[in-house]
Amino acid sequence: MRKRSLIPILYIAFLMLPIYWLVAMSFKTTNEILSGFSLFPQTFTLDNYKVIFTDPSWYWGYINSIIYVSINTVISVAVALPAAYAFSRYRFLGDKQLFFWLLTNRMAPAAVFALPFFQLYSSVGLFDTHIAVALAHCLFNIPLAVWILEGFMGGVPKELDETAYVDGYSFPHFFVVIFLPTIKAGVGVAAFFCFMFSWVELLLAKTLTAVQAKPIAAEMTKTASSAGYELGLLAAAGTLTIIPGAIVIYFVRNYIAKGFALGRV
Amino acid sequence: MKTENQRAWFFVLPVLLLVAFNALVPIMTVVNYSVQETFGNNVFFWQGLDWFEQILRSDRFQAALGRQFLFTFLILIIEIPLGIIIALSMPKKGMWVPVCLVLMALPMLIPWNVVGAMWNIFTLPKIGLLGYFMNDVLGISYDMTQNPFAAWVTIIVMDVWHWTSLVVLLSYAGLVSIPDAYYQAAKIDGASPWKVFRYIQLPKMKTVLTIAILLRFMDSFNIYTEPFVLTGGGPGNSTTLLSIDLVKIALGQFDLGPAAAMSLIYFAITLLVSWLFYTLMTKDDAK
Repeated sequence: MRKRSLIPILYIAFLMLPIYWLVAMSFKTTNEILSGFSLFPQTFTLDNYKVIFTDPSWYWGYINSIIYVSINTVISVAVALPAAYAFSRYRFLGDKQLFFWLLTNRMAPAAVFALPFFQLYSSVGLFDTHIAVALAHCLFNIPLAVWILEGFMGGVPKELDETAYVDGYSFPHFFVVIFLPTIKAGVGVAAFFCFMFSWVELLLAKTLTAVQAKPIAAEMTKTASSAGYELGLLAAAGTLTIIPGAIVIYFVRNYIAKGFALGRV
Repeated sequence: MKTENQRAWFFVLPVLLLVAFNALVPIMTVVNYSVQETFGNNVFFWQGLDWFEQILRSDRFQAALGRQFLFTFLILIIEIPLGIIIALSMPKKGMWVPVCLVLMALPMLIPWNVVGAMWNIFTLPKIGLLGYFMNDVLGISYDMTQNPFAAWVTIIVMDVWHWTSLVVLLSYAGLVSIPDAYYQAAKIDGASPWKVFRYIQLPKMKTVLTIAILLRFMDSFNIYTEPFVLTGGGPGNSTTLLSIDLVKIALGQFDLGPAAAMSLIYFAITLLVSWLFYTLMTKDDAK
């Protein structure tokens, strides 16, 4: 038994090493970083973080990212819910083709869409707004949300719906009061994945923004351009981008494992 | 049984409109560019399928495609078995389960360019932990900006670091759904651990593994940001994967026609392979 638990421990240690290095770097001064190797910060400093929290162009990057990620998660889950219900409960003309077509959008390389997206959102006057990025991320998040939710809904017996109708529930009333609570784990998992893929995506977010809605991840490229010079600052900004993700995982930690078991392809 | 109901279309309509807005208009723009030549000023000339022919014949595209397939192949044969092994050795219950899951999911929630930057810092010779350890402690010359082999190993290890947890989480979810009674029955029959894996655990993990393989295929085949930030496609062109090459042509050289044709070929290959995987893996369910 003891030998067995060695594998996950080694794996987690491997996962933590680069993260540790990023965090350690963020507490070092630029001088110390460039002067050579040190496992722990010799002169512990919070200067890198101070720069980020006092410069609006840095901290607005975070706020922008959080705004569009939240809008995207809400839109994706909200429109995916009825669609997933339709796919799991009814047969209708072209349902299989439609489902596959939705999934194909999950397969489209973001690099393919970068330029046309820029033209599309510029022409409708949404360039450099949070809503543009949120809508663009719907391209790959809605299909994923429909896929996950459909799996969860398929696990709920149809008798539940029928009994509710017999009891005189109207459809919206049934959906909100009875159905949603039964699949709340699925909603949690779907929201988690939408948050995740919107938070980590950069290519489209960067293409669709200039100043007003610029994500934090794009903000970071300004230190990378002078590579080796502001590594401490880069490390601090990177460390801060891990935190929202960590908080979100903490909330859904009990759903993740159970969640997929209920879901199906 | 599902009931026939055409009004279900109303439920699907919002999804359809949003995705169509995002998918159809841009893809038509790409199709439009792919059959025309422009010299700017919005003047276009009909080009037919010339760009497609040119791209398919070019050594540059074939080389990038080859690298892309090699990368995706290595990712799948490393991450899928590794993920299954880790999931099998995880505890089934107890206080360590949520801790393990949270720590394992962490790399997936880091923005992709931060992942690239993090590995860049990690592997720098002299300064980075890995770079220092390899060069100065083990005495193995390691510099991914000079050595193509080192660059390849680094992007593979980075992706394993980044995405193996997805396979672990999915497999683990499949494993915890197996009732204890199955294991007890296997024990009574005196089944070996391999037989337990082959006839109980693997079939139960099949659906989640299908999702894992499909997602890992799509995402590794479309990968752009992490290798771009880490190696920039170098040294030379050794780690220039398809997306990196595409962005170079489209935004670097602004050759919109060839870039659009390449996009469509790229998309078609992704679709075809995903469809093949999907049909192969779900063909037993259809019976």
